[in-house]
Amino acid sequence: MAEAQNIPAGSTTTGSIAVAAESTVATRMSAPPSFDVADFPVPHGREEEWRFTPLERLRGLHDGTAVATGGGVKVAIEAPEGVTVETVGRDDSRLGRAGTPVDRVAAQAYSSFEQASVVTVAKEAVLTEPIRIAVHGEGGVAYGHQVVELGAFAEAVVVIDHTGDAVLAANVDYVLGDGAKLTVVSVQDWDETAVHVGQHNALVGRDASFKSIVVTFGGDLVRLHPRVNYAGTGGEAELLGLYFTDKGQHQEHRLLVDHNTPHCKSNAAYKGALQGEGAHAVWIGDVLIQAAAEGTDTYEMNRNLVLTDGARVDSVPNLEIETGEIVGAGHASATGRFDDEQLFYLMSRGIDAEEARRLVVRGFFAELVQQIGLPDVEARLLEKIEAELKASV
Amino acid sequence: MATLEIRDLHVSVEADNATKEILKGVDLTVKQGETHAIMGPNGSGKSTLAYSLAGHPKYTITSGSVTLDGEDVLEMTVDERARAGLFLAMQYPVEIPGVSVSNFLRTSATAVRGEAPKLRTWVKEVKETMAGLQMDPAFAERNVNEGFSGGEKKRHEILQLELLKPKVAILDETDSGLDVDALRIVSEGVNRVRETGEVGTLLITHYTRILRYIKPDFVHVFANGRIAESGGAELADKLENEGYEAYVKGGASA
Repeated sequence: MAEAQNIPAGSTTTGSIAVAAESTVATRMSAPPSFDVADFPVPHGREEEWRFTPLERLRGLHDGTAVATGGGVKVAIEAPEGVTVETVGRDDSRLGRAGTPVDRVAAQAYSSFEQASVVTVAKEAVLTEPIRIAVHGEGGVAYGHQVVELGAFAEAVVVIDHTGDAVLAANVDYVLGDGAKLTVVSVQDWDETAVHVGQHNALVGRDASFKSIVVTFGGDLVRLHPRVNYAGTGGEAELLGLYFTDKGQHQEHRLLVDHNTPHCKSNAAYKGALQGEGAHAVWIGDVLIQAAAEGTDTYEMNRNLVLTDGARVDSVPNLEIETGEIVGAGHASATGRFDDEQLFYLMSRGIDAEEARRLVVRGFFAELVQQIGLPDVEARLLEKIEAELKASV
Repeated sequence: MATLEIRDLHVSVEADNATKEILKGVDLTVKQGETHAIMGPNGSGKSTLAYSLAGHPKYTITSGSVTLDGEDVLEMTVDERARAGLFLAMQYPVEIPGVSVSNFLRTSATAVRGEAPKLRTWVKEVKETMAGLQMDPAFAERNVNEGFSGGEKKRHEILQLELLKPKVAILDETDSGLDVDALRIVSEGVNRVRETGEVGTLLITHYTRILRYIKPDFVHVFANGRIAESGGAELADKLENEGYEAYVKGGASA
């Protein structure tokens, strides 16, 4: 797919590379980061960080009217030996170290949760089994907070599964000790009425490597902020994402990688397919290379495949560079459509319409799915993609 | 013996909120083993005929019939037509992002043959056919038509023709945009298929050049949406010398 060509009507694929003395990523937010919801005005929808989001579908998460209903969401954590799982109160000093809420809903979540889960992998522990966190919505409103912390040189895989129906605002902190390796898969497989907003902060230690795989299929509205900060040199972050946005769904992924430390790497690759009237995917990729971050190597990419009319994509990569002493920095965004001519071409070779669509979508996602490196997750994704396609025909 | 019969075919398209008739009564019979060249000036409706036979949704059949061995082609969906034995080599093949040539060829062969080809013989078959068209094996791993040069696109079309072995092959301006070497290679591919004697070929072209490599049994001059004159290979020589002028004028006054 060529860059930014063949963009379906109503979609945008704009990007910018700014060389700025002052960070525009920071200044275009309507308020500075804060843990306190009171520091953020109630959004009206025209703010840079809210302009793509249908506020009326946030079910009150943004204006303080969404009141937690006890037992709205059940969290079950299954962890192998060597892992400590705790439920803690708001005053636990381990909460909130990986990042500060950047918008009102993230701050609302931080201001409203009553208990948090803290999952700790001991120093040098190398897990052979994944930690599984099942977040199941029981139809209520909930606020949550989770912390996953790896000691130095620990290695772990965490799979967070979101299912059921809920109105949920929850943040997750990933704290990686020096040389630690963490892979996180966050699957948003919600019922079609669910609303899920959250900020996922990673603090990547010296020489540590963080891999995040965000998979969004379900929900009425899902809006996630995967964010990365580095605590020391030599850190690596890989942010992979895959979404399949159906009729009427709003799925928004807002990434930020803050290169504040020298000699760190980051790579972001998100791919989405859209189908049906009112399907709306938003991808914001902010990469900030601060003046101190010499030797940075970063690339970000977003690809969208629009399968039917009536779907909309807004894809905005932003790369902000404050030092020239870097290894590399790049971004790419492209939105293409599976159109009647492609369908005709495949069908004229005997391939039926359903198989043609499947061929194209599987091909589109295959390269990304292969990068996940977790066979059971890969198999489940491919199955899910098949199911999404079946539902569409 | 497979026979494609086109009877009094009328086809129109919607353009600028108006219906425009492009084919105005085409009659043509193509039998297995025969090669028919359809020649004509730009805008005469040659490509419309090709795409209408393949079932492109842009074209509306307003009257007439098309049958393949007595089966009503016009009742079939695009993929059914291909499985029934029709093949269209397109003038402008379409890019399919994310789908590799090898995956595409295998999926298509599976659909047309009704069962998945055995992997071992299939790989060999594809390799040999590609070699015959002087295509690099690495080609199979590229995405369908993505970033292909004009010559690569046409070779890829003929590769499919050779692998899918249709009953009737329609080649829509396969020669356009090819240099002499590429034209020879592509023509050799078409001739390999013709030599089996199992395919009827409808060769649509603007130029007589390709007819030096692919000898037609019949030549039809297409003008103003119908066949204006039919003859043997000698008709092509006449066109080479005199051009389409006589037919265009006739069309304009009709």
